[in-house]
Amino acid sequence: MIGIIDYGMGNLFSVSKALERIGIPYIISESPEELNKTKGVILPGVGAFKDAMARLRETQLDQFIHEYVDSGRPLLGICLGMQLLFEESEENGRFEGLGLLKGRIVHIPDRDANGERLKVPHMGWNKLHFHQDAPVLEGIEDGYVYFVHSYYADGVDKKTLLASADYGVQVPAVVGRDNVSGMQFHPEKSSTTGMQLLTNFAKAMERSEDML
Amino acid sequence: MTKRIIPCLDVKEGRVVKGIQFVELRDAGDPVELARVYDEQGADELVFLDISASVEGRKTMVDVVQAVASELAIPFTVGGGINALEDMKRILRAGADKVSLNTAAVNNPDLINEGAAFFGSQCIVIAIDAKYDESIGTWRVYTHGGRTPTDRTVIDWAKEAVERGAGEILLTSMDEDGSKQGFDIALTKAVGEAVPVPVIASGGAGGAEHFLDVFTEAKADAALAASIFHYKETGVGEVKQFLRNAEVNVR
Repeated sequence: MIGIIDYGMGNLFSVSKALERIGIPYIISESPEELNKTKGVILPGVGAFKDAMARLRETQLDQFIHEYVDSGRPLLGICLGMQLLFEESEENGRFEGLGLLKGRIVHIPDRDANGERLKVPHMGWNKLHFHQDAPVLEGIEDGYVYFVHSYYADGVDKKTLLASADYGVQVPAVVGRDNVSGMQFHPEKSSTTGMQLLTNFAKAMERSEDML
Repeated sequence: MTKRIIPCLDVKEGRVVKGIQFVELRDAGDPVELARVYDEQGADELVFLDISASVEGRKTMVDVVQAVASELAIPFTVGGGINALEDMKRILRAGADKVSLNTAAVNNPDLINEGAAFFGSQCIVIAIDAKYDESIGTWRVYTHGGRTPTDRTVIDWAKEAVERGAGEILLTSMDEDGSKQGFDIALTKAVGEAVPVPVIASGGAGGAEHFLDVFTEAKADAALAASIFHYKETGVGEVKQFLRNAEVNVR
């Protein structure tokens, strides 16, 4: 059983439907007690970093997430949910994140290295470049996934960078250490590649092993 | 970054209208079945345009959205009949990834701000119907399905919409729509240069070479077509292969 953390930020419907399609049971909950009965949790999220962290604190889900990770069970952050795993964000100010991964969330530059203008948000299908092997990346051949975001994780520890996409800068796309992992894109909207990634997460959960 | 190919489906009272000629279909009017076919062909996104005239039809659209979201793992946008924040909520909560606003946004631009504040800019697509007007030397915005001219120019409206929080512009050339002579390169290029968000070109697609033109010459981020895909004049896969051969980056 996967728990989808419901803290009022984001489209839980598409994540849950994706899990249904690949045949993985889930619960959607905001209750730490209920979520604690699961073998893995997904932290989704669409919206602003500041609001998301405020909601997590209000509901004390931030504390729950730390305890859950300490228990050794896998956590997957998706999109904004991945960004929240980092130390801090500069989105509309400067805000502290969950601090589970090293790095900070910064705005995507609107020019590439050659001075060409880039559209922000980074929206659409982009190719994954793999940096190291990991169970979560097993069987991923066609590496195109669907991104929608205006901020990205900078200063990510090389050891935790599993895959990236190029968009003017190197955009960390799949990150993780031990039982903590994150995807900047939307696996639930990334066709067969996305379904494989979610299946891999579920497999790791069933084995109750680390993602790396 | 890849260029996106987006088939567009017109839905009326929960059924796809306009002839769709796929031999493999059991039911050419079923939005879910058609969506699945386009997904299998490699469509990067889908747009559903609700052209229902009735309140019942609008309600049916929510069921369609739910069914499509349950079946498909690619992003999709719903336009038509979205006039208030409540409409956006209904469609997005049913599982759509984006909503597209046209006439309602022109009549009430604050709707863009409200939608972007509530759901984020990435959910808000502004659809603009554009027609060149020689008397003003630029393109004019039309509403009500292209029937009503407005006082707005396309470039200014696109800029304003983005400032208010639009995350994407779906730009239809009324001059080229249905012509099959190719997308409107000048229009698409002008809007693309004016705004910092992705632009979807629409209207005029007649063959794979037109997609190449709009991506390379007009720098469109995505291109939308309806009839050439529905009538199987070309397939999404064929267009993508053509683009790949021309070294355009596609999924």
